[in-house]
Parts: sequence; C-alpha cells; structure tokens
Amino acid sequence: MTDYNFAYLDEQTKRMIRRAILKGLAIPGYQVPFASREMPMPYGWGTGGVQVSAATLTPEDVFKVIDQGADDTTNAVSIRKFFQATAGVDTTEETDKATVIQTRHRIPEAALNEDQILVYQVPIPEPLRFLEPRETETRKMHSLEEYGLMHVKLYEDIARHGAIATAYAYPVKVEGRYVMDPSPIPKFDNPKMTMPAIQLFGAGREQRIYALPPYTEVVSLDFEDYPFEASKADHSCELCGADDSYLDEVIVDDQGGRIFVCSDTAYCTARQAAQQDTPTPQAQEAAV
Amino acid sequence: MYVAVKGGERAIDNAHAWLGEERRGDHDVSELSVAQIREQLSLAVNRVMAEGSLYDPDLAALAIKQARGDMIEAIFLIRAYRTTLPRFAGSEPIATEKMACDRRISATFKDVPGGQILGPTFDYTHRLLDFKLAAEGGLSDAPEGDAQQGDVPHVLSFLDGEGLIQQEKQGANTPPDLTREPMELPANRPLRLQSLARGDEGFLLSLAYSTQRGYARNHAFVGELRIGDVPVEVEIPELGFAIEIGDITVTECETVNQFTGSKTESAQFTRGYGLVFGMSERKSISMALVDRALRWEELGEDNLGAAAQDEEFVLSHCDNIQATGFLEHIKLPHYVDFQSELELVRKLRRDTMAGADSTPAQEAAE
Repeated sequence: MTDYNFAYLDEQTKRMIRRAILKGLAIPGYQVPFASREMPMPYGWGTGGVQVSAATLTPEDVFKVIDQGADDTTNAVSIRKFFQATAGVDTTEETDKATVIQTRHRIPEAALNEDQILVYQVPIPEPLRFLEPRETETRKMHSLEEYGLMHVKLYEDIARHGAIATAYAYPVKVEGRYVMDPSPIPKFDNPKMTMPAIQLFGAGREQRIYALPPYTEVVSLDFEDYPFEASKADHSCELCGADDSYLDEVIVDDQGGRIFVCSDTAYCTARQAAQQDTPTPQAQEAAV
Repeated sequence: MYVAVKGGERAIDNAHAWLGEERRGDHDVSELSVAQIREQLSLAVNRVMAEGSLYDPDLAALAIKQARGDMIEAIFLIRAYRTTLPRFAGSEPIATEKMACDRRISATFKDVPGGQILGPTFDYTHRLLDFKLAAEGGLSDAPEGDAQQGDVPHVLSFLDGEGLIQQEKQGANTPPDLTREPMELPANRPLRLQSLARGDEGFLLSLAYSTQRGYARNHAFVGELRIGDVPVEVEIPELGFAIEIGDITVTECETVNQFTGSKTESAQFTRGYGLVFGMSERKSISMALVDRALRWEELGEDNLGAAAQDEEFVLSHCDNIQATGFLEHIKLPHYVDFQSELELVRKLRRDTMAGADSTPAQEAAE
C-alpha cells in the first residue's frame, strides 16, 4: 500500500492529533476535542486508538495489538494487519518487546516500562455520560469539578445492592482533579494505571483524546467504609496456573462445565513456555 | 486438555473470500458494471454521494457494487476514501439562482416567473409494478423542449420584497468545517446545516415527520424545490479571480413556515433550508423541516421538548456512519467486560441469598 502516507494518515492530520495528545498529557484526565477522521474501519471498532497509534508510531517502533487481552482476537488481528500494511512496522505478541501497544478492554499483566506507550480504544470517553447525556452539561460539570452526581450514583449502588455495581469502566480520579473513564477495562486493571509507561486514550466517534503521563496518580473512586476492590474470578488459570492474572471463563461442554484461562494470551504463553523449560512444575513452584 | 481458540487471521481471510463470492452471486448471470449502476441506479448513487460527502458518481457506483447494495456500507466506503484526499481549495458559494433546473416546483404559488417544471418525478406515477421492465424495458423516449434561458429567481425572494418573510442574516465569517474541526455544541447554523446535509436520510425523514405530527409543529409549505446543475467556481490565488471547475447536481428546498410572531419578532413567515448533492427530494425537504425546527431559539419560540428541536440530540445522532459503527461494534468480543459483570452478578446474588437466610435472625436480635 504505497499510495498512502506512513501509518495511513497524512502529516497534517497527524500533527493535529499530536497536538491533542500533548495537550492531553499536559492536563492529565482532561478530554481534548480533536477533529477525528473517518478511518477505513468502522467507528466503534477502535478508530480513536488507531488514529492515536498512527500519530504515535515511528518506523522503528514495534507494535502490539490486543483485544480482550488477546493478540489473536479478530479485531486485534485486523488492526495489526492495517499497520503492517500502511506503516510496515515490526509487530510482536510479546509485551516486553513492544514499544507501542494498542489495547481494547485490558491492561497487559506484565508491568510496562518507561519506553512503552499504551494506547486505549475508548467507546464513550465521558465518565458522566450515563448520568447526564448532554455533552454541554458534562463539560460544565468537569470544568466546575462538580462530581457530586457520580458519588451519589456510587452511594445509591451501595444502598441498593450493598456494593458498587460497576465491574468495568470503573471511574477514576486523576491527580485529584478530573474524573476519567478508564475505558471498559475490568476494574481488576484499575490499580495498574499508575505506571511508568505513557497512557493515551483515543475516542474516534466521540472526537476526544485524553492521556496519563508516566506515574500519574490514578485513584478508583470509592468510600472509606466501602473501599475499592480489584476483583477477578476466584480461580487460577487452567493452562499456566497463574492465580494473579485476569481470567476468562470458558464453557467447555454442554453440561455447563467451565474452566478459567488467562485473558492475557502473551502472559499465559510465556508462563507455559517457562514451565516446559523447567523439568517439573513442582521444581518451578519451589523456585518461585 | 483445553486448547485456546486460535486462527483469527485465517478465519478473517476466509470470510472475506466468501464475501467476495456472495457479492458476485450466480456466475450464470452477467456481472453488473459500475457504469450500469451509475446510469440506472442513479438515485442510489446520489444518496451515497450526499451522505458520503463526496461528489463523484463513478466512485459512488463502485461503492454500491462493492457494498452489495448496502447503502450505509457504500456511504462508509466513500467517507473512508474521502478522508485520504488532499484539500486544494474551497469553492465560492454556489449560486442556485443560476441553476439549470431539471425540476422546479412551488407549492405556495400557482405560477411563478420561470414557471413550474415537473421534471423526472415519481410524484404522479401510479405505483403499479411495471412487468414490462422485468422483460425488456427497452428505450423510452421523452419529448424534448427548449432549455430555459437565464437565471431562475428564487420563489421566496418574491415574499422577501414585501418583507413578509424573515430575512436571513449575511454571515461574513468563513463557516466552520465539520470534517476538519471537532463538532462544538451549541453549534451555529452553518455547522448544523453541514451536519444535516450528510445526515442519514431515514433519520431526518422521521424527525421531519415528527414535527408534522405535532412534536414541535411548524406547518411547512414547500416554497420552492429545485433540482438541477450549478457551476462550481474556485478562486485561484495566482489569478486573483474565480474560474469554473465543473458542474454538480444539487437539490435545494426552501420551506415557508407559519409564524405568528413572538416576544422578539413581529409576525412574518420563516424559513427552513435544505441542500443536498444530487437528486434527493425527500432528504432536502426533511432537512429543511428539521432546520426550521432547530431554529426555535433564534426565533424566540418556546422549547417544547421535542426531539427535532434538540440540537445536541439531532446532531449527535444523525450521522449514520457513526451510528452504524457504534451499533455494530457490539458484535465484537466483549468477554472481558462480560466476565466482570458475571462475577459481580454472582457476588450480588450471593450477598442477597446470604441476607435472605439471615433475615429472621436479625429480626430476632432487634
């Protein structure tokens, strides 16, 4: 595909997106409007993340794409192929080898480092959207730091259910200022968000970019007597035995039989490979 | 032993190959050419150009072929292609009074200078299936007349002379560009009209219909509807004057709406405006009605809480490419989110059950 510019977007557009990214990094958690372009994949399928990645990638980068934590889910494959074709960058499935990681709905299990950028695909960037549908209103609420509505919602959850009934896209507060939507990651991933890597969030259809510089303080909203809890299925991975990773439930027969496996395929594969190198799992357990 | 699902890449390739085969259909039936679509499905081509925001009948016909006739998919193909095109210049505003009209009707006056021209309309056809078309069709010859000479004045300009219709303010500023800047709300009228011009025909039709049925009713007359070719002129900086770069077909609708006056305005007629690429009557009339409904604030009318009056609602939801993308994305895997919901629902149910079991004991303690 030589007809297109490096990473598909023209340089003018990339510059416009980079400006939005820089502004986002300067005001962590603030949603920066940007003139999102129509991409050759549908809105809602990662166009925001794709545009941010396109503006971020350089020819030397090594790119990884995950969807639901996995490298081989269909849309991850599709986006990886898109950048292979339009940017010709090297791709990898190994988290530590990647310099730019585009993700949908997960943060990798392996800790990221200062040389990495994590790009999130965001469907609805506005954490207050389901409490107040109007953009004109929610922008005002952010500028006035008026987050009472969110606290009331969380309180009502507790009053009604005895717990905060949000399992993913769990709202966070950034550096004590902006309430931010972490994208629909499970709340298990929320504590990882204070990290050495840069985190960029792209919402194409909603025309918003926001960002977290390295080591930004990200706090999941909660109450003193109902503290935030990062939950996962109370099992360990059937394939690699990990008990510290987020698990997918897989139905294996029509009797309702089910097992649990790591959602992060790269993490799981690496652990399985390491176990095969070691003579016995017991020996490895002992070493750990 | 469970083995995790792999092979997304091969599945995608196979799915695309199958799609190509389905697109072609039965090989015993001759293949449709892009030129046939352009010439014989021209209203479909027009819709794709209008909502795709790109005036190119050949590309629109190609998109329809590639999309297997799915209009929104075809519009999407055109939009995605459009983004990759460089922008050389902005045209001068088109002068629709200079239109070479194929059709021009007014519902407000029996006769108007320039005359009523029915043009190629479905309006008075009887909707009876024409089985001759299924057999051969053949050539149909329409009688020819002399082309109109000179400009065709806008019907609403006659009301203008009497001061009976609200004057449109001259905007001095360059209008904002929806495709280059993020949408900002509240939007001004040029931005609204841009958004409506590329908005989904079905969505605008239903909204316009809702105003007719009483949700922010504003009885509209079609003051004028005209379809025809207009020249597009671009000013070349080196030359210092505008030159004509080609013709486009557009449909323009101006409505005259009842208005009894408000606190700030004296009684006069008001306007709604619709302009769409190609021959697109339904869309342009719908656009004019929705435009008029959205102008309530400017005209000092009451907000009746109707959907068609709600700018943020209309503009945020009229784009079918945004809508279809987001709607269809729920087909993508969501098992991580679903898993977290599953855990939560199980936990809440566990807590409730535990609560139910312990209720009598609690009561006893109290």
